[in-house]
Amino acid sequence: MTTHYLVLSGILFAIGAMGVLIRRNAIVVFMCVELMLNACNLAFVTFSRQVGNLEGQIIAFFVMVVAAAEVVVGLAIIVTIFRTRRSASVDDANLLKY
Amino acid sequence: MESHIAEITPHTGGVIGNAWLMIALPLVGAFILLVFNRFTNRWGHLLGVAMSLASFVVAVLAFFELLGLGAEERRRAVHLYEFIPGMVDMGLLIDPLSISFALLITGVGSLIHIYSIGYMAHDEHRRRFFAYLNLFVAAMLLLVLADNYVGLFIGWEGVGLASYLLIGFWQFKPSAAVAAKKAFVVNRVGDFGLLVGMFIIWTTFGTLTFKELGDQIQPGQTNGTMLAIGLLLLLGACGKSAQLPLQSWLLDAMEGPTPVSALIHAATMVTAGVYLVVRSGAFFFPEGSGAALAVAIVGAVTLLAGAIIGCAKDDIKKGLAGSTMSQIGYMMLGAGLGPAGYAFAIGHLITHGFFKANMFLGAGSVMHGMNDEVDMRKYGALRKVMPITFATFFIGYLAIIGFPLLSGYFTKDGIIETAVHHQPILGWLAVLGAGITGFYMSRMVFMTFFGQKRWADDAHPHESPLVMTVPLMILSLGSIFLGGYLVLSNRLLDFLAPAVGAPAERPEFHFTSTPGLATLALVAVGAGFAWMKYGRVEVPSVQPRGSFLTTFARRDLYGDALNESLFMRPGQWLTRLAVFFDNRGIDGIVNGLAAGIGGSSGRLRRVQTGFARTYALSIFIGAALLTGALLLVGNI
Repeated sequence: MTTHYLVLSGILFAIGAMGVLIRRNAIVVFMCVELMLNACNLAFVTFSRQVGNLEGQIIAFFVMVVAAAEVVVGLAIIVTIFRTRRSASVDDANLLKY
Repeated sequence: MESHIAEITPHTGGVIGNAWLMIALPLVGAFILLVFNRFTNRWGHLLGVAMSLASFVVAVLAFFELLGLGAEERRRAVHLYEFIPGMVDMGLLIDPLSISFALLITGVGSLIHIYSIGYMAHDEHRRRFFAYLNLFVAAMLLLVLADNYVGLFIGWEGVGLASYLLIGFWQFKPSAAVAAKKAFVVNRVGDFGLLVGMFIIWTTFGTLTFKELGDQIQPGQTNGTMLAIGLLLLLGACGKSAQLPLQSWLLDAMEGPTPVSALIHAATMVTAGVYLVVRSGAFFFPEGSGAALAVAIVGAVTLLAGAIIGCAKDDIKKGLAGSTMSQIGYMMLGAGLGPAGYAFAIGHLITHGFFKANMFLGAGSVMHGMNDEVDMRKYGALRKVMPITFATFFIGYLAIIGFPLLSGYFTKDGIIETAVHHQPILGWLAVLGAGITGFYMSRMVFMTFFGQKRWADDAHPHESPLVMTVPLMILSLGSIFLGGYLVLSNRLLDFLAPAVGAPAERPEFHFTSTPGLATLALVAVGAGFAWMKYGRVEVPSVQPRGSFLTTFARRDLYGDALNESLFMRPGQWLTRLAVFFDNRGIDGIVNGLAAGIGGSSGRLRRVQTGFARTYALSIFIGAALLTGALLLVGNI
């Protein structure tokens, strides 16, 4: 019964992960991260349903809160980088290296 | 040794109870002269002489106090203080043996101090010279007076230090600095033997004092350990007394001022080895033991080696140094013959102290008048311009070749006769050595005082001042009379008997024994030969090339070459090997390790590409691996 939800969660997570690894645009990468977080949320809620307690749902709320906070900070960083470097490519921001 | 040693403390009083003054006085002198430095420049030499003389006075008083006791009570151990708790108490042993040495050291030492006032008059560092001389006297007295091996060793090292300082006194001369170092290094080899010997004595007997050793060791007792101790002590004695195989430093030591050569490298310090053997004689060199035989052999070989070296030297001091080696060889030979030889060995030591110091100071007086020239080929015909020096030197010469009725005749003849009696082969070698002595000493006298003038153009020889010649005269008196006084009717033998033991049969001095007559004949032949080669004909003022044998003797029997090839070269190879190992091996490992870490971290940091997606990929791979691993162990 819950298998489909878990499969969907896995597919969403995989799409998100591939997006993070492959795409260069920081906004898209950011959205893919959100996609992975929400795939996790879906899995949490599914397991909560399967096990029959509320802990999974509670965790899902926490994840949402954290994700919201992360969006605020992350978008701010991306906007600042874009302003200074005229680019939103994650590969261009590579100053911090050996 | 069953002879009783009475234990006393300074509170007992008497001169013997306060014998430590003998050591303390010159030590204080050295201290004042060294610490107050330039302030003592004006009167420093007088203080040095006064301290030495004061020490001599204490020694004489102690000697008479000792004579006042019965023969069997003449061994007194003065306990001073606890030195190493539970191990060694510092104390002095005043007995006939040590007091004989103390009298010689302070007596001859004082004369040489007085002589040095004149000899060093023009040296701006005269005060420092007297400080070292005083230091030497103090250390030498500690050496002979200590009642245990530790005290003896401290004195032993002290005289080594003083010897080093005084050989290198003119350290601005490279040869003097090198000679000082050489003496120090060669002496360390001997000290090593003495130290290890002391270690074994401590582990075997649990004591280092002569008294307790005497209580533990039965007379004549011997075994492997004691033989080993004996041989190690002999090594120490060889180092200090310049006996083969550690003889090489003495000839170079003549770089020091002449009074030093007379006091340290002829009369006193170099005889410390003989003292060590005689003092330990009852313990580790019993009559007929292997160790005693080794001592006698070393002595016999050295007396010949020294005599041969003496034959070829043109440097008057080096000739005398070879002669010193040779004469100490006689003493060692005597010391290796047991109680029968001890009295003659010590007797010869004392008379040698007089006549050799006399000749060394005479040589110094000649040098003083000849602008410090030491080459005898530049002397000649000096007897007229230096009558006192010549007369005293000639007396010393007669004494050392054993001219009948002079000091050397009695003591050397005693050693030779005892040796012929106990060890015939070594004894006849000693007779041969006496003949060679006759040759080289005559050569020295003929080259210096007879023949034609071969002086350098700017030489204006003159007689030395009285402050130098009076000590010479006093020493000459000793060179004439002392031997006969000590040997005839066995005065020295009886005096020393409580300390070193009496021989089974009392020796009688024969004026017409076979070895004695043979010695006289050989000496006459040697002297005659010297007259033919150096007295009758003109001596070339440039050293002739000489035969193979002459070169052999001139090069000190290739002793230095031998040391160089046997020890110095391998030592240098060893250091080179160690340096190579250090540079390539140790440094290689350390540097290689550092370079390896540096290089690999340089490569490793390339992982930090700066591309965020690369990091993301590594996180995913890590997470996947972790999950896979957890699945594999079944914890999920």
